Amino acid sequence: MTALDPVRFLAKNLRVDLVLIAGMIEPGSRVLDIGCGDGTLIDHLFRTKACDARGIEIDMAEVTRAVAHGLPVMHGDADIDLQHYPDGAFDYVVLSRALQAVEKPRMVLQQMLRIGTRAVVSFPNFGHWLVRWQLLSTGRMPMTATWARPWHETPNIHPCTIRDFFALCEEEGYCVERWLAADEGGQRSPWRRSAWLANLFGEQGVFLLRRR
Amino acid sequence: MTSTADTTDPRVSVEHTHATFDEGFTLECGVVLRSHTVAFRTYGTLNADKSNAVLVCHALTGDQYVAETHPVTGKGGWWTAIVGPGCPVDTNKFFVICPNVLGGCMGSTGPLSIDPATGNPWGTDFPPVTIRDMVRQQKRLIEHLGIARLFAVIGGSMGGMQVLQWAALFPDAVFAALPIATASHHSAQNIAFHEVGRQAIFADPDWRQGRYWRDGVIPARGLAVARMCAHITYLSEEALSRKFGRRLQNAPKDPAEAINLFGEMFEVESYLRHQGSTFVQRFDANAYLTITRAMDYFDLGADFDGDLANAFRGTKTRFLLASFSSDWLFPTSESRTIARALNRAGANVSFVEFPTDKGHDAFLLDEPDFHRTLAGFLRGCALHARLET
Repeated sequence: MTALDPVRFLAKNLRVDLVLIAGMIEPGSRVLDIGCGDGTLIDHLFRTKACDARGIEIDMAEVTRAVAHGLPVMHGDADIDLQHYPDGAFDYVVLSRALQAVEKPRMVLQQMLRIGTRAVVSFPNFGHWLVRWQLLSTGRMPMTATWARPWHETPNIHPCTIRDFFALCEEEGYCVERWLAADEGGQRSPWRRSAWLANLFGEQGVFLLRRR
Repeated sequence: MTSTADTTDPRVSVEHTHATFDEGFTLECGVVLRSHTVAFRTYGTLNADKSNAVLVCHALTGDQYVAETHPVTGKGGWWTAIVGPGCPVDTNKFFVICPNVLGGCMGSTGPLSIDPATGNPWGTDFPPVTIRDMVRQQKRLIEHLGIARLFAVIGGSMGGMQVLQWAALFPDAVFAALPIATASHHSAQNIAFHEVGRQAIFADPDWRQGRYWRDGVIPARGLAVARMCAHITYLSEEALSRKFGRRLQNAPKDPAEAINLFGEMFEVESYLRHQGSTFVQRFDANAYLTITRAMDYFDLGADFDGDLANAFRGTKTRFLLASFSSDWLFPTSESRTIARALNRAGANVSFVEFPTDKGHDAFLLDEPDFHRTLAGFLRGCALHARLET
């Protein structure tokens, strides 16, 4: 079994995302959580908000853990399996800290907003000052609590910054209904008015998107 | 419901609990059975509002003795790790029903039964049946037991085909569906292996055009070869290597029994031979032909304009698809095809593949992760069904 264990995504502090993302989701809605891990978020949404929440996860050990907890989770790959869902099947499609690890982030976002009315996306911010400082001062790829793997081991093949993400939403014509930046502990950063400051001091970004 | 003894065959001389329905039953092929019997076993207790019933569907050579000693073979039930008190399908909580399939040979109407038109066993004249016919007969049994909706339908391999058919045909009667190690259609390769088995039966001199029962013989050799061939497909190369490798053992003296050099034979040969010879003591050759054919015919997507998603549109049933990594008879890709069709239909689906080297047979064997997952899925469903357990 150990031989089959795939490379883990960067350590997910789901407690953080859980609170921030759950705060953007209306009670009683239909939710698909892509990269749901052991299903903590969908369990939370079902129990506290009576949502019909389901999940897709690529790591089979996590899928097994989730289903063994009675959660509706299927093994699947965000890059491949979203095309099989019908248009508008969900009120929210969630992608929690996995955008940077998918093969085709732009296509995954398009699929999310095809099958869901709204998308909730969170990702670690590569524009954080410590990341910038490390690259500038050492000339080596940054290694921080968030970006904790050497460049050749990381599954995070598409890192982006908060401002990059704003730009992508603009290009793709998505409406950013809400957004916030937070530190690793889940504390909302106080720079919500300024994307520029949030991009410097926020360790992660959380976005609520809608088709325009 | 009465039990009767029939003395034409040791398999039916054992009394099997059954229900006989005297109204006609029109098969998919158009033939009408004037009356039909379902042999079945139940475990646990049906609750007051009849909401805790779980139907277990058996595979090709299984039968209704899922969780108890078999009255013919004396062996333990075929799924005692799954069904029983404290097991994933917990008989302390659920009322479990396991019927013998239509076309089978353990008491349900099949080629061993008497054709009322002739007074003889049906034999090869038994009409072709389909997975759909099997499921419709099971529905009749469930109604007879006073159950409008099953909490869950579960089965592996051909049992999984029945689960899919149940969910497609009677979506409102199935709260949760658990098709295990199965496919929405039988592949060309699977049909090919079945055909090898059938030809082995036909080639046996004791086959006698399927009327072997008239002469008091059975095509034991042919049926055993069919079983041996099929048994290989239930295992994996790794499992065979692990269990037997190239180890040798003493060969029987009879040159008609074994090809041997220096009085030795391979252990795997001996194992397969044992599988074949024990099988013929409990299974009827004509039933084997009937049921393998039913599996071959199965193509649920084709019944719904070629799109499997159409079989499940609007369904409220919760699905758990489970497959096993070394299963090459019903590989994970087949389960994934079903999962994607269910996604297209907007259904609630869980899908897990379990890593194992035990091949297709893994669904019958000790696989703790699989068992934990089944238990957890059913627990989750019970929560959503507000089932008091």
